[in-house]
Amino acid sequence: MNTDLLIFFTSGAVAIVATILVITQYNMIHALLYLIVSFLALAVVFYVLGAPFAAALEVIVYAGAIVVLIIFVIMMLNLKKDAEEQEKSWLTPSVWIGPGILCAILMAEILYVLLAGGFEGNATQAVGAREVGRSLYGPYLIAVELSGLLLMAGTIGAYHLGRQRRKVIHRFLEMTDE
Amino acid sequence: MTTGQHYIILGGVLAALLTIAPGLIWLERRLLALWQDRYGPNRAGPFGVLIVLADTIKLFFKEDWVPPFADRKVFIIAPAIVAITVLMSFVIVPFAPGVIVVDLNIGILFFLAMSSMGAYSIILGGWASNNKYALLGAMRGAAQMISYEVFMGLSLMGVVLLTGSFSLVDIVEAQRGMWFVVPQFAGFITFLIAGIAETHRLPFDIPEAESELIAGFHAEYSGMKFGMFFVGEYLGITLISSLVVCLFFGGWLGPAFLPPLAWFALKTFAFIMLFILLRASLPRPRYDQLMAFGWKVLLPVTLLNLLITAAIKLT
Repeated sequence: MNTDLLIFFTSGAVAIVATILVITQYNMIHALLYLIVSFLALAVVFYVLGAPFAAALEVIVYAGAIVVLIIFVIMMLNLKKDAEEQEKSWLTPSVWIGPGILCAILMAEILYVLLAGGFEGNATQAVGAREVGRSLYGPYLIAVELSGLLLMAGTIGAYHLGRQRRKVIHRFLEMTDE
Repeated sequence: MTTGQHYIILGGVLAALLTIAPGLIWLERRLLALWQDRYGPNRAGPFGVLIVLADTIKLFFKEDWVPPFADRKVFIIAPAIVAITVLMSFVIVPFAPGVIVVDLNIGILFFLAMSSMGAYSIILGGWASNNKYALLGAMRGAAQMISYEVFMGLSLMGVVLLTGSFSLVDIVEAQRGMWFVVPQFAGFITFLIAGIAETHRLPFDIPEAESELIAGFHAEYSGMKFGMFFVGEYLGITLISSLVVCLFFGGWLGPAFLPPLAWFALKTFAFIMLFILLRASLPRPRYDQLMAFGWKVLLPVTLLNLLITAAIKLT
């Protein structure tokens, strides 16, 4: 067994365990910490599969920026013991039935594929920044433009919601500018 | 490169960094004293060098106190994150031809990834302390670091465009004709500012801001856990200085009368001095001023710089 395959399977296992812990942790921040671990493990998987650029972006964008934003919001909400109790009351065994069935179907599919085709290993070629850029601005140009449009709309919407009207303290002060 | 040489480089880099970090503490205190017209530490050893040793011994013998109201596990992990991420970033820094731990093909992106991971030490440290000042510091730190990371990444892209590679070795080699500080002056300024904000040094030490938040995110830390944050900060200064040198000032390149490593060290040292001079001379901006400056000045400047560089590169 070569080292690449070993790294692939260990980091894959870490990602799975960390993701399960994300769901089962009652404390939000702890759950997010496991989410970061899961993203990092995924980045290693990407790297081993020959996509170093995707691995770097996974860490920079997902683990670095998005989770920081989520943590930021959770810190502002200042959830304490009550929230943990609520989480505990939600995570009853009966909640697990639905996701469990769905996961079992997926697992069966994966097993079928694996048994039919076998594991290909890492036979793919390396996909660097150049290739990603070429395909983003070549065949996927419309998708890039559309997501840019969507993000722009989101930014404007957020700005509109966050905008504060100038508070007038006194009618005499109305005339003075800020 | 043989495995033996590799281990020697690895050990050398680690040893050098872990000596530089405490050395900088002494240097900073002496220089601040010089610029503020006072003596500074001058009792222990020649020129007070041994103050660092005394400080370290003091930190080790202090009670390693975890407040009962803190989130114990996260509280302990947080200071380790900053030291780990900064040390990991040094992996991609070329100190001289061949003297580099790993020449990754994603090079500079690895540094960006690690620096965005470094933000967690502030956030988690502040949150786990369960103290309102620490939490305020952590929230400021989170906002500051994610916004300045944006400009940091974008300001680097001009250099990457000119070189056509993320690898720092290639970037340094591409500067044989001219240092990138000339064609990428705007990129250099924005990277330096973003770098200072990223290491949260004065004037951008808003997450700790002694005068308003006691000590900000590390208010509850003591002993060697506080020491980790401290060492992480000085390693961060060294990292940003060496990256500025690699990206904009030709790294190890220089006239032949000095070896490449000496050129690299000299240039990096000059930037470290600049960091300390900034601390001695500039006041701290308000939090909203920092944010407004970032999004209203730095972002347009970096985007324009990137656009113009790309246009010139295309023609």
